[in-house]
Formats: sequence, structure tokens, C-alpha cells
Amino acid sequence: MSETIDNRIGETRAPSPGPPARGPLRTGAEAFLRRREASILLVAVALFVYFRTASDVFLTNDNLVNISQVLAPAAIIAVGQVLLLVSGEIDLSVGMVFTLAPFLVHYAIDYYGVFPVPAIALALLAASAIGFVNGFVTVVLKVPSFVTTLGTLFVVNGITLTTSHAYPAEIPPAAVGIEGWFGRAPWAELIWAVLIVAFFHVVLTRTRWGLHTVAVGGNPLGASEAGIRAGRIKIGNFMITSVLGAFAGILEAFRVQSIDPTAGGTGIMFTAVAAAVIGGTALAGGSGTVIGAFLGALVLAVLGNGFNLIGISANPFNLILGAAILISMISNVYLARLRRAGR
Amino acid sequence: MTKATTHGGTGTNGGTGTTVLSVEHVAKRFGAVTALRDVNLRLRRGEVLGLIGDNGAGKSTLLKILCGFHRPDSGRIVLNGDEVTLKSVEHARSLGIDAVYQDLALVNELTVYHNMFLGREKVRPTRLLNNRAMRRVAAEHLRDMGVNIPSVDVEVAKLSGGQRQAIAVARSVYSDARILLLDEPLAAMGAKEGALILDLVRDLKRRGEVSIIIIAHNYAQVLEVCDRVNLLQHGEITFDKATSDTSLQELTDLVVAEYRAARGG
Repeated sequence: MSETIDNRIGETRAPSPGPPARGPLRTGAEAFLRRREASILLVAVALFVYFRTASDVFLTNDNLVNISQVLAPAAIIAVGQVLLLVSGEIDLSVGMVFTLAPFLVHYAIDYYGVFPVPAIALALLAASAIGFVNGFVTVVLKVPSFVTTLGTLFVVNGITLTTSHAYPAEIPPAAVGIEGWFGRAPWAELIWAVLIVAFFHVVLTRTRWGLHTVAVGGNPLGASEAGIRAGRIKIGNFMITSVLGAFAGILEAFRVQSIDPTAGGTGIMFTAVAAAVIGGTALAGGSGTVIGAFLGALVLAVLGNGFNLIGISANPFNLILGAAILISMISNVYLARLRRAGR
Repeated sequence: MTKATTHGGTGTNGGTGTTVLSVEHVAKRFGAVTALRDVNLRLRRGEVLGLIGDNGAGKSTLLKILCGFHRPDSGRIVLNGDEVTLKSVEHARSLGIDAVYQDLALVNELTVYHNMFLGREKVRPTRLLNNRAMRRVAAEHLRDMGVNIPSVDVEVAKLSGGQRQAIAVARSVYSDARILLLDEPLAAMGAKEGALILDLVRDLKRRGEVSIIIIAHNYAQVLEVCDRVNLLQHGEITFDKATSDTSLQELTDLVVAEYRAARGG
């Protein structure tokens, strides 16, 4: 390779000379704006201010509980999707796992006499097995995860519908004692969501697992050459996503006091992906934040709730949602380029 | 210790140390394509071996076998006198063999210090990443090696190709590798940064703890730092001489002759 070519390649990527002199205030503002979550946080705050002025009931306790109950399940599933998206995969089936999981709890308790908490544990275990299948087919059999999980989406839905005969079920009487903990109490779902978000934020940013998740999504070949077992990371993230989906489904069933074969599904799954994407996670892999996804879910929940309060019909909601996804993705691409260009 | 006796090369006096790695009759096919036919190669302690050859001669395949990425179909790899089966990159690394790849094994989305420790991160007893320690050690190590970057906190994507290569090399050097495999370490590198890597290799050679195989297209640079040169042609080592016994002209003629032969049919 000739020296001239080498020089040229070296120079096109050379960073800009030096940072311009900055005051502490500007530095702080820039540091904030360089955080991936910054834009979505600003949007969330703006929405809160707007709906606060537009509606008197927006900031009442009851309404905030409402918002939290829409936000929480989407946020919990979005956490899993972020991990998968960052490692370069996606799970379309998680919404159906959400639907199936409370039925599994119901079957275990009512048909097999399992105690409630072990029954929940069994349902989560079954979900992790579904996640393992998703991961195994994707990683070992090399089917793209979009297709793998499209398949398991229907399979899992089919399991729910055939075993339940498409009839809703009641919360098992034996489980009534724990229902407050698992979603029935006003803030229970949100507390679970916040704990899960906090935990996986640490996992993604401060553990080897998180670092390897980014590496596997950012540079798959490089990651495996560095000795990272990409397959293990991806399968693990599929399992985490599935378990989180199941857990969110169980919380929702306890909250609405019914186990419904039409709950969740693709609706909650796409809401979760939308939350992740609005929150700054790249579908191409390599970058994303769990807190961003939480804020994304918050923005979506606040939007739906606020529209309702100020009397806008639910129909244009999807218009807003679609536009929000497009705008956030376009600005993400643009912001990433800015960040990459240096300061 | 079963000292390997069936070396392909003759008349080599480049290194004085014992043989740390020898490759015996290694072959590798990918479907219908024979990448390596019958490779015999020997690396001595503290030696810098230049591996040259045209595109498609099998250089990268050989390197990927030595670092555990591919498994040979047949043949033996003898490490420090013992035959080894390299099961994975991690396994090879645990035996002290580490590679820097042509396609740059850095992750653009991660910081310099995370890349420096990729795959062997430092963790606290809580199993959380010890970023402070990694940052400090990475900065110290890069400074020692004279690698000039704005900060170890920047994402690798923001660095020049040469800087990234320097970090990749520095990463391997930092690992406790005893055998370093450098795949085109000077590709995508400016003259100044190229000189830095060559200095780095010389420095390592002076210390004498590490044995190095360098794959390179630029024969002049190979001659500058290598003790010995091997030429890989059609999956076999066809030439093995100490650098002092050969010349840039001879190496160029060899490859051109191969090209002409292929052309002439």
C-alpha cells in the first residue's frame, strides 16, 4: 500500500484541531446535550408543561397513576428491546409472551395447585425458554431475528389461544394475596418498571455484559475476534427480553384483574420498540440507552393521556406517534453525526 | 519436550532463541477453495518474522489459524514444544497468542479505554466495570508507547485510521501476549504513524520477550524490522531467509516472477 494513500485515509478521519474555549455554563449545556437522553427528556418536560396548562386534572394523583400504568409495561418491555437492538437484533414475539405469561400462572395455580409465587417463577422460566428458542434459531440456525420472532410470535399466540380456548380467565383466588405487590397497588407497576430500568441501565453501561452487548452490535466480527462470545450475549438478551415481557404481562393481568387472551400482542410490542427508538436506540445496533427508552415510553404515555384529557380523539394519535418516530430518528442520525464530528 | 525437527525452512539464523511456535504441514480448505496446502513455519523466541505473499496466498488464513479463529484441516501446531489444538480465540490468547487484524477489531461505539480492554475488562468485586482503573492504565500504556490521542474517553469512531490501528496494536502489546500476530499493521497509516508502529515493534524486539509475525505488503518495511522473511505462495511457504541474507530486490523479483508465471500460464 503506497504512502500517499495511507496519508489520505489518515487525514480524512483526523479529528478537528482542538476544542474551542468554553465557559462552564456552555460546557455544562453541551455535556447535557451530548447525552443521548437529552432530546427526549426535553420533549417529556415540554409535554408535561403543556398538558399541565391545558388541563386541570393532568397533574392529579389519579391521572398520574393512569399515566404510570400505561407507561410501565411498555417501559419494561422496551428495556429488553433496547438490549436486543443494541446487540443488533429485535424481538417481535415479546408481546405474545406478555399475553401468554399470566395464563401460565393461571394454569399452574388452578390446574396444578402450585403456590402463586412459584407459579410466577415458572411462567418466567417458560418465557426464558421461549427467549432461548428465539436466540438459538437466530444465532445458531442463522435465521434473521426479525423472521425468527415473527414465527414465534404466531406460535406463542397460538399456544395462548388453543390452551385458553380464547376465553379470558379470572385471577386465581389463591393469588389475590399477592396481587398488590404485582401490579394491583396504584404505583406498583411503575416501581417495578423503575427498578428494572435502573438495574438494566447499570447492566448496559457498567458491566461486561453491557459492554459486550454494544460490541456485538457495533462490530460483530471485531467483537468475536476480541474473544467475545456473540452468540451467548445475543441468546441471553433474547431470554432477558422474553422474561421481561412475561413479567410485564403478569403485572398487567393483576392490575386489570383479568387474564385476557387479547391483551398485549403486537400493540404493546411495537409501542415498546417505538419507545426504544424514540429514546435514541439505533436499530442498526451498537448504541442505545435504557433510560432513553423509559423516557420514550413516558412521552408516548403522556401523549396518549394528554390527548384524551384535552378532548382530542384517539384517532390522530398514531399520526403523532409515527411523526415522533420519524422526527426522533432523523434527529438521532443528525445528532450522532454531530457527536461523531468531534465537539 | 518433543522438539520439532521437521521445519520447512533451511539456513535460517535470524533468531538465536529456541523455537516458540512451529507450524507443521498445516492445510486448510474452504469448500472447493484450498487456502493452505502444506504450510511449515517456525518462529523463534524474540524473533520478528515477516510473512509476505500475494493476495489470496493464504496469509490471513494462516494467521486466523494461529490465533484460534479457524481450525486447520490437518497438520500440527507446536507451541513451546507441545502440540496444541487452538479451540478459540480466547483459548489461543490464554496460551499467549494474540492477533491484530486487518479489519480492525475495534468497536467504534466504545471509548478508547473500553476498546483497550475489550474481552478482558477489569471489574470490581461487585462485578461492575472498573472504569477508573481501565482509563488510567490505558492512558499510561498509550503514553508509554507514544500513541498520541486526544483522550482515552473519546469514542474510537472519532479517531483517525492510524490512531485506531495504533490502539489495536497497543492493545495486543498490553495483553500478556508472548506471540503477537500483526495483520497489515501498517495499512491505512500515515508515514508518521507507520514509523511509530515500526518503532514499537523494534522496541518489543529489543525487550526480547515477545515473538512477532508480521503480515505485510510493504516489503521495504518488512526488511526494516524483521529478522526473517517467509514467502507464502499458493498455500505453501516457498521461501525462508534471514533478512540479512536477502534484499528488497530479491523479494520483489520473487513475487513478480510468480505473477509472470501465473500470467504466462
